[in-house]
Amino acid sequence: MSDPIIKIESMNKWFGDFQVLKDIDLEVEKNKKIVVCGPSGSGKSTLIRCINRLEEHQKGTIIVDGTELTENTKNIEAIRAEVGMVFQQFNLFPHLSILDNCTLAPIWVKKMPKKEAEELAMKQLEQVQIADQAQKFPGQLSGGQQQRCAIARALCMEPKIMLFDEPTSALDPEMIKEVLDAMVNLAKAGMTMIVVTHEMGFAKEVADEVIFMDEGMIVEKAETKEFFANPKSDRTKLFLSQIL
Amino acid sequence: MNKLNFLRPDIENLNTYLYSGIFLISIAILDVSLSSFFNTNITSFLPNFISFLLPLILGTIGLHFIRIEFSGIKKLDLLNKNINTNTFNAVLTLLIIFAIIKSIPPFLSWFIIDATISGDTKEACTGTGACWTYIKIWLNRFIYGMYPNELQWRINLSFIALIGLAFVGLIPSEKIKKFLTLYYVVIYPIIAFVLIYYLISGGAFGLEWVETGAWGGLSLTFIVSFFCLIFCFPVGMFLALGRRSDLPTVRYISVGFIEFWRGVPLITVLFMSSVMFPMFLPEDFFMDKLVRVIIAISLFEAAYVAEVIRGGLQALPRGQYDAAKSLGMGYWKMHIFVILPQALKLVIPGIANTFLALVKDTPLIFVVGLLEIVGMLNLAKTNPKWLGYAMEGYVFAAIIFWIICYAMSKYSYNLEIKYKTDR
Repeated sequence: MSDPIIKIESMNKWFGDFQVLKDIDLEVEKNKKIVVCGPSGSGKSTLIRCINRLEEHQKGTIIVDGTELTENTKNIEAIRAEVGMVFQQFNLFPHLSILDNCTLAPIWVKKMPKKEAEELAMKQLEQVQIADQAQKFPGQLSGGQQQRCAIARALCMEPKIMLFDEPTSALDPEMIKEVLDAMVNLAKAGMTMIVVTHEMGFAKEVADEVIFMDEGMIVEKAETKEFFANPKSDRTKLFLSQIL
Repeated sequence: MNKLNFLRPDIENLNTYLYSGIFLISIAILDVSLSSFFNTNITSFLPNFISFLLPLILGTIGLHFIRIEFSGIKKLDLLNKNINTNTFNAVLTLLIIFAIIKSIPPFLSWFIIDATISGDTKEACTGTGACWTYIKIWLNRFIYGMYPNELQWRINLSFIALIGLAFVGLIPSEKIKKFLTLYYVVIYPIIAFVLIYYLISGGAFGLEWVETGAWGGLSLTFIVSFFCLIFCFPVGMFLALGRRSDLPTVRYISVGFIEFWRGVPLITVLFMSSVMFPMFLPEDFFMDKLVRVIIAISLFEAAYVAEVIRGGLQALPRGQYDAAKSLGMGYWKMHIFVILPQALKLVIPGIANTFLALVKDTPLIFVVGLLEIVGMLNLAKTNPKWLGYAMEGYVFAAIIFWIICYAMSKYSYNLEIKYKTDR
């Protein structure tokens, strides 16, 4: 068994007086795909935002790829450069074309030559099938296309880990599939992924493990088949009965 | 021919109504125009009261006749929809048209017909209109201030050079385009400073030194506005970022700075910059009055610019910060490539507002004895030979300022359109 690429130990986080995350322990091995589910307000998004320190945790340790997340800005930036993230609201840069969205970080963060960055970006856009939109601006694209561009943008940094924060929740139903397809392809290519989603079909198809969270705690963590066939806690059973 | 009902114009008799309506409106406008331009009243045979109201009545009836919905004539429909929806609006429309016609002759006669421009002395101005002779004689002073006449080519040369250099951005070459931002933000201001320092101020290369107290008029307006605009923008930007910083020291310094400069009137700032500030300087340290004024106005306006830019920063969704951070960008990269381009685009109208206000605040530098165009006007109007022509002077200044400000405002609209990338 190899060393886990993400290691979280008894991590706690508060928003003011309110404790959002309680004693989270989690280990993710390389190339594993984890799906995090749970009711809204259960802290799933906060958990994965802590992994690239968009949120600060107050207690416990998070170690990503051998580096502990501390106040050290250099470490944080280094970790963020190798942890890609896809957001619910896409968060593309509206003032840049699709291509520039993808090449911005490789050029300025990884110091990649412009030509090389553009080739890489076109390759990634090809992967998510929006290469023909490269010169357009985000505002001219549909939600599904924007989200696929966001995936391509994150991949252009050639990350070791990809975090997905409810990537399909803001999309029209008929656009969800195109985004999920892109994610399935990515999973099959062997990317380490942590996905917060309500798409149980996606979880069944690609996830190695499913985590169920409620009220800031990990209630259940099990292999995918086990999780759906034989959930242990009553809370999980209730959740699954409502959502499936 | 269909039956005519004059109370309800309809589309069947479109042409009849249209022609009679236009005829009535024309008579109304002709009547007003004649009385306005030639002082003749073609309806003087009628009782006074009716004669006075006749154009309005005729015009209202005329507009009533042409108020035909879906006439199929595009211009008529447009007219009816916008200024002729009902009788009340028709009356308002007519009143506005009459008011414009009535106000043209006095304007024309003051500006052109009864105005004087010939001659070299006050005595040439005998008409009842404006005395443009006054502006003509003083024009040189209004533009160059007290700058010696034989040296004015130096101002002309540097301004022409600067205008020429401002168009470098239009050269369609990929090689140059990369450096345009650098050029406009850093190199151009430096060139401007060097030109003004060596050419206008002089004192080197065999050029006679002209002290800044002698500078003035429109050229000084341009110099002060130009440098204040260039300095206040970056300072304001850093203040805006500072006010949102996570570092308490930076934040409190920014807040303190902004609130101090926003809290004091510009005129006191200028006064202090010239009177109090030198007291705090070492004895052998000399800073020119003009430099002090430019710094004072820049810092003052920077506080306003900072708040405008902060408004833009706050309008950006948090997701933009998240996305930039998640790609591994640090504070400066995030702001330079993601946050500021969007925020600045949002606040172009606000920045233009502040900049226009700045240009129009420059006359206040008279408190430290620098006389730009309005200052020169005030000086000229107290000249014993030319007493009583303040009006012409202020109208002239108003026109000049309006041209400058309108150009700036147009430019800001163009920028808005140029940087519009959403739908």
